[in-house]
Amino acid sequence: MPAFTLNINGEIQSVEVPGGTALLWVLREHLGLTGTKYGCGIAQCGACTIHIDGKPARACIIPVEQAAKAQAITTIEGLSDTGDHPLQQAWIDAQVPQCGYCQSGQIMQAAALLRDNPRPDRDEIKSYMNGNLCRCGTYLRIIKAIEMASENPEAQNQSS
Amino acid sequence: MQPNSRTIGRRNFLKTSGGFALFVGVSGLLPQLISCSDTRAAESAVAKHRLTAWVQLTEDGRIIIYNPAAEMGQGSMTSLPAIFAEEMDADWQLVEVEFSPQIAEIYGSDGWNGDRKVMLSAGSRVTSGYFMSMRKAGAQARLIMIHSASGLWDVPADELNTETGYVVHQASNRRISYAELVPHLNLPDPLPEAELGALRKPEDFRLIGTSLPRTDIPAKTTGTAQFAIDIRLPGMVYGVLERGRVHGAPPTLNNETAILKMEGVLKVVRFDYGIGILATRLEQALAAKKALDISWGPTQAQGFSSHDAYAGYEALAATNKSGQVLTEKGDFKSAWQKASRTYTADYRNDYVYHAQMEPLNAVVQLTEDLKNAKVWVGSQQGFDEKLGVPDALGIDPDNVTIELQYLGGGFGRRSMTDFVTECAILARELPGTPVKLIWTREDDLTYGAYRPMSLQRLKACTDASGKITGFYHCVVGDGGHLVASGIRNDHYDIPNQFAEWREASHGIRLKHWRAVGHGPNKFAIECMIDEVASDHGADPVAFRRNLMSKSPRALATLEKVAEMANWGGPVEKGRARGIAFLERSGSLASGVCEISVNQNTGKIHVHRFWNALDAGIVVQPDNVKAQMEGGILMGISSVLKEQITIENGQVQQSNYDDYPLLRMDEIPEAVETALIPSKEPPQGIGESGTPLVACAIANAFFSLTGKRLRHLPFTEERVLKVLKG
Repeated sequence: MPAFTLNINGEIQSVEVPGGTALLWVLREHLGLTGTKYGCGIAQCGACTIHIDGKPARACIIPVEQAAKAQAITTIEGLSDTGDHPLQQAWIDAQVPQCGYCQSGQIMQAAALLRDNPRPDRDEIKSYMNGNLCRCGTYLRIIKAIEMASENPEAQNQSS
Repeated sequence: MQPNSRTIGRRNFLKTSGGFALFVGVSGLLPQLISCSDTRAAESAVAKHRLTAWVQLTEDGRIIIYNPAAEMGQGSMTSLPAIFAEEMDADWQLVEVEFSPQIAEIYGSDGWNGDRKVMLSAGSRVTSGYFMSMRKAGAQARLIMIHSASGLWDVPADELNTETGYVVHQASNRRISYAELVPHLNLPDPLPEAELGALRKPEDFRLIGTSLPRTDIPAKTTGTAQFAIDIRLPGMVYGVLERGRVHGAPPTLNNETAILKMEGVLKVVRFDYGIGILATRLEQALAAKKALDISWGPTQAQGFSSHDAYAGYEALAATNKSGQVLTEKGDFKSAWQKASRTYTADYRNDYVYHAQMEPLNAVVQLTEDLKNAKVWVGSQQGFDEKLGVPDALGIDPDNVTIELQYLGGGFGRRSMTDFVTECAILARELPGTPVKLIWTREDDLTYGAYRPMSLQRLKACTDASGKITGFYHCVVGDGGHLVASGIRNDHYDIPNQFAEWREASHGIRLKHWRAVGHGPNKFAIECMIDEVASDHGADPVAFRRNLMSKSPRALATLEKVAEMANWGGPVEKGRARGIAFLERSGSLASGVCEISVNQNTGKIHVHRFWNALDAGIVVQPDNVKAQMEGGILMGISSVLKEQITIENGQVQQSNYDDYPLLRMDEIPEAVETALIPSKEPPQGIGESGTPLVACAIANAFFSLTGKRLRHLPFTEERVLKVLKG
């Protein structure tokens, strides 16, 4: 079985999986980075959103060989050292999550938004976040939390 | 967890006190408990001392309270422990929460009909069902703290009081924290019972009614909150099933030999309705699933097409033979004959799917001798606390341990245990090996258990003064209570009412879906009320105000929401408002929405949604508002977008691309919730928002366009057709 080397959250990881295996399964089932969630497998829900070389991406449709070419992969586990990214704090302050299953993906997508656009207006937030589904219906609080974090200058400086 | 308390260390037994079974031992009797917040964290080095079945104390002062309910986003992980801590007079800052073991005899709720306790998080009954028992259990824990201090200080217990985490003896000016009392714990025998009169008065609540930050939220922002799908165990293998696209179709596997030769495949397992595969890795199991060549046999659903079924439903509604009578009050027939005006309308409702974000999954491990099973699962639990596993495996329920995990959404789907027993059957093939079963999203959708399609035939009649004198409601569909719930009108003063269910059956899998039949039935009822009001030139709120004259609590929600929305005030051009009222799980709610319609595309947009809720005593106000927001957004999603269709028995949708959910650019600007102050017992909340939506939108649509929407969902295509019709 082929081996692949991945740079995830600043650590070099090696996995042996068949070519074509989705990065999502590599992260979750091989490496134990289970914060990235499986929701649909076809890039429709955003629950598996991670950052690849700084850009938000859906781990469920990225084959492992493509991921191996990336300089840096960041998952929710690597977003901040102690869970204190301004968005994570804002998520608590706004009491966003209900079931919580989609929220890793929501936070990763929002982190990419704030890095690209430190003070997004509401329409920009909706447009950027539109690929992330939440069945519990926490969208209003997600917007609130992003707006809270975007007023915090740290939100834009923290790299992922 | 070591036996260690000086006073209770060697006593392992169950005690019953006033109906409360209490565990007083410290090891052995109950399964090892896993902290729900972080099972991967090392077990604390600090010893835990079990006070009662519900609470443990640690020497460093932490108070670990057990939550007996599932946490699927509704907040039980905070609300139930807060009720307990209220009466224990515990310092909330020191409270940690863990899931209780799944033992209904001890941790079950009294909130279900019947003579036994049940662990089941469904029907919005967690808070209402546990409110008194958690209070009594918390008060009992407080009495034990007082008893222990009484022994330590050698003063009578009735001279002692508590103050947020301390026992206080005012006469001698002494106080001792609960943590400092741990080495001196002294359990009275028999255990003290908390008298009802000793419970706090609602005006003295300091936790209940405040918005405590939810205990489960921090872990849900870092990816560390553990769902069953996240479980990884040494040696764990993976299971998947291929189930028929036609529900219940029996499979014949044509290429077993080839499948068994595939890399990593360990076993092929036959089910009546599918073929299971066990493989070393998930990607191998999925590859084998894709390669299966299965012939599917005949089953009831074969040949069934959902869009054609309504003709049969209409015929059923039209026959003279009554179905099962659900409500009979006064004499509807006579009222109809004497009426000055009569109204008849049909409302239709297509299948909808739960679409909880975490696809179904479970992990099961059997012992080598096949006699014991351990199950890791996100479940809404059930009347069978062991989730069907003992029957599936033919083993003693006492030998099945359930490790409840967070649920990535429930909405009723996870009160079914099909996925749990499937995993148990797979795990039996590999004794000793943990097996993780994963349903793909496509599995979850196509082999879903939907809210049933239904037809509501409504008739209403009025007398010369315009008062509704008779109301008739016939629901046609499959699933009994699944289509019948929400059919009663107890808060409208209508003297003659008749409601019945007429059965249709298609072999399509069905299940409770958030608020069950209330969505379709309230849609029909509230639209009919509006139709009658409109025909009499009456304002929809004023008309309902008259109907609610004998139900002041219902009326208060109506008045409140009318005030919030400034009902009757100016509305932006191109928009209109609609109102709806409902009762669900004991709560009363009124809602107003403001919509616009794109005349070219038929797309309805909800701009604002106001609601007023009387849910009795509210334990967690901010969380209740979150539930109403979420429930209303889920309602908008289902009402505008969601539709399962079946052609020749085959479910036509498969994933979120052809079963779209509401996205962020489609939500209202705001959902505003008002909570009516109350000292009445708590009622259900999680399902009170969702069924407000269809009727409020349809009534707003009529106000805007003069046309009636009578078929859920209000897809763009359907709306255009109505606009042109």
